Amino acid sequence: MPTVKNRRKPTAQTYWKRRQLLLAFFIIIISILLLRAVYLQVNRADFLQYEGNARHLRTVPIVAHRGMLMDRNGKPLAISTPVDSVWVNPSQFITAKKQWPILANLLSAKTSDLERILSKRMKREFVYLKRHVEPKIATQVTALKLPGVFLQREYKRYYPTGEVSAHVLGFTNIDDYGQEGLELALNNFLIGTPGKKQIVQDKNGKIIAQPINLTLPQMGHDIRLTIDHRLQYLVYRELKQAVLNSKAQAGSAVILDVQTGEVLAMINHPTYNPNNRNKLQNYRNRVVTDIFEPGSTLKPFTIASALASGNYNPNTTINTNPGRLSLGKYTIRDSRNYGVIDVATVIKKSSNVGASKIALSLSANRLWKILSHSGFGYISGGGFPGEVAGRLSHFSEWYKVQQASISFGYGIGVSLLQLARAYAMLGNDGVLPPIRFLVEDDSQNALGNENSQVISPKIARQMLDILTEVVKSGGTGELAQINGYTVAGKTGTVRKSVIGGYSESDYLALFVGIVPVSNPRLVMAILVDEPRQDEYYGGKVAAPVFSKVMTESLRLLNILPDTVKSTGQTY
Amino acid sequence: MQISWHNNSFLHLDYPLLFGLLLLFAIGLLTLYSAGGQNLDLIFRQILRFLVGFGILLLLAQIRTQKIVSFVPWVYMFGILLLLLVLIMGESTNGSQRWINLGLFRFQPSEIMKLAVPLMVAWYLTSKPLPPTSWRLLVALTIIFIPVFLVIKQPDLGTSLLIAASGMFVLLLAGLSWRTIFGFISLTVLSTPILWHYVLHEYQRERIRILLNPERDPAGAGYHIIQSKIAIGSGGFSGKGWLNGTQSHLQFLPERSTDFIFAVYSEELGLLGVLVLLAIYFFVLSRGMYIALKAQDSFARLLAGSLTLTVFVYIFVNMGMVSGLLPVVGLPLPLISYGGTSLVTLMAGFGLIMAIHTHRRLLSD
Repeated sequence: MPTVKNRRKPTAQTYWKRRQLLLAFFIIIISILLLRAVYLQVNRADFLQYEGNARHLRTVPIVAHRGMLMDRNGKPLAISTPVDSVWVNPSQFITAKKQWPILANLLSAKTSDLERILSKRMKREFVYLKRHVEPKIATQVTALKLPGVFLQREYKRYYPTGEVSAHVLGFTNIDDYGQEGLELALNNFLIGTPGKKQIVQDKNGKIIAQPINLTLPQMGHDIRLTIDHRLQYLVYRELKQAVLNSKAQAGSAVILDVQTGEVLAMINHPTYNPNNRNKLQNYRNRVVTDIFEPGSTLKPFTIASALASGNYNPNTTINTNPGRLSLGKYTIRDSRNYGVIDVATVIKKSSNVGASKIALSLSANRLWKILSHSGFGYISGGGFPGEVAGRLSHFSEWYKVQQASISFGYGIGVSLLQLARAYAMLGNDGVLPPIRFLVEDDSQNALGNENSQVISPKIARQMLDILTEVVKSGGTGELAQINGYTVAGKTGTVRKSVIGGYSESDYLALFVGIVPVSNPRLVMAILVDEPRQDEYYGGKVAAPVFSKVMTESLRLLNILPDTVKSTGQTY
Repeated sequence: MQISWHNNSFLHLDYPLLFGLLLLFAIGLLTLYSAGGQNLDLIFRQILRFLVGFGILLLLAQIRTQKIVSFVPWVYMFGILLLLLVLIMGESTNGSQRWINLGLFRFQPSEIMKLAVPLMVAWYLTSKPLPPTSWRLLVALTIIFIPVFLVIKQPDLGTSLLIAASGMFVLLLAGLSWRTIFGFISLTVLSTPILWHYVLHEYQRERIRILLNPERDPAGAGYHIIQSKIAIGSGGFSGKGWLNGTQSHLQFLPERSTDFIFAVYSEELGLLGVLVLLAIYFFVLSRGMYIALKAQDSFARLLAGSLTLTVFVYIFVNMGMVSGLLPVVGLPLPLISYGGTSLVTLMAGFGLIMAIHTHRRLLSD
């Protein structure tokens, strides 16, 4: 190849120059690549690392399960059980649209439902499809392996005692957050603090590595309530029976520990099943949220005021002739003319005229003081949500008629809890106990002790003796008697107030009792709303509930009988 | 008698170049093992391809350059024929017709052109004294742009770019006057708007737009660039460690075994790894240029030079694209990326380069 040989020299020279140029070109380009690498891996490294982490690291909460509610003996009343909720990441889920009907079917929904839910939420990353599915369904959903479909561990509240303790416990919402009752009142103690964990996800949202816990969740506190489930159940059973038997609209009952003010049982009928959130009705805890006129059950506090004034003793006589008392245009009546009777008999016979005459002889101030110190007109401080203070107007606003009518329980509004608590004061040597829902709760002791001596122990004892007469044979509350125990109590049959006056046909049947009188331990107040049978009296409708519940409660609580003197010999 | 050490060996191989290639391939296998989710099957298949490529390299390295010359026009014509065939009856994947199915295996005829074009241009230009006249230059350009046009039609922008580059490098090395070079550059710049509107497909235009602003479509087309930039950058100085790349292993990075394998490598081995890789490439390229310099005739010199430069374009375009400097054109990283055809072509190219070097002493006798 002669031509090539001839031309080699100039060509090689040119080539040499070009090669130098190209080498420089090499170096420049490689430097550019290197600089780019330095820029990305040094200058931008932090930012890009952050961006990378943002794509695969997710901080997710670890659900702290809600604390348990127990009765005073440790029996579970409200438990949070783990369940799974199905959620989707719409942008991933949309890729599997063909399989939507399968998932919809599994969740017993329609495909159109899914479309409707998701159409408005395509931009979100987290959309619930169904909360709290059954474990079996959850397993099947996982098995489908649909893109963008995930399970979330959540907790569902379960109430083992169902409707028995529904009102006092209340319930939580789907996020396990207290909505009513003690679940609401104690929510902050129960919820705990969720923890955080870091998970590694791939592009499809699949969790790759074991999660790393950043902060552990603080589980909610378990709380022991003062409720005794055994008593709760007894009250539930007997109250329900009484309401059904008397064809009444409703009924409420509460049992307190006389000395500590602990709420042992609190029941309303009709009730509801807190495990079924779809049908939540009748969920008002009427023991604390409803006020009514207490009628004759208030008379003991009128008499206590009289005794405390020093002007009366149990034997002081009152002339109730002729069985009625006119005050201006109002007339106060007894069911019959009792004639001249002593103070004790005013209670025993439940004389409105007697109570009125006594009240009118007292200063309004004194009567008001005893009533308000007994807790009427104030919330108890027990902390139950929705508790009402009742209605007790200040004595300075009282007219004579009011002063008289309050003495027998009209023109004053109380809750059943207030009434029970005031009677507990009578059984507790005149000291008003605080209302408690929690065992080992000392905080309220101080509150309770302040100003809590309402009447002297001597007068309290006298009142118990007077109230014991009511439950003796022949008294209005004789059906509240309990074999082996002396019972003090008071019945009430109250006309319900209607617009323009008082109803002729609608009554409240009431009974409040204390047992055993020799060493009072329990107080129970019962209200039956609008009993429809012929027997609508408190003594007939409410008093038997007391007897039935207490007969068993006293045995369950190992409270010694006090009428059978020989009992002591067995020890 | 000048007898080099090449003559003593039974095989005509350039051992420094071979060493560089093996080193790159080893790095490639390690990266592939990580990128492919530790799938040994993938590794074996890649090794098999390498062996095929190595066989071709071995074969070509044994042929004297003068013998190669006589085949050149036929290879070129054959390549053009195949490209036409592809356009008429090729198999399409992902919306482009690039493949010919030969029953046993399928291959891309455009790959042949990566070697055939520089061979043809070098052959044509060196058949008359250099530097070429304007007329011959025009003929050479035609030789280049017929296959380039056919490949663009497939459409395969990356490969056509590479074919054009490999041919243009021959022209450059053949001693074009500066005037011609600058004239050509300015012509290219001026024709850019025409290229943009009439030659490029919409998806190709979109790629360029996205390069300039990946956030245009972070979930769609810009996704590749964003994810690979994150992968490279989050590797930092020393990397996350082999097999520990999160972007790749958590499937955020697309095409991680093939075109975007450089991102996997950078994420796991960091800037240090990038330095090492660039150093090895630089060594291989320098060796190629050295061989070109030492070549004994213009044809060999032009061929070795342009082939080396073509490999260089491969590297630059791939790394540039993965690191977000250039648009996504779908070129593999030489000897690292998973994939058969380009590996075999590259090995064949290196075979030609080795042939040029190892046979030169025999010529001078």
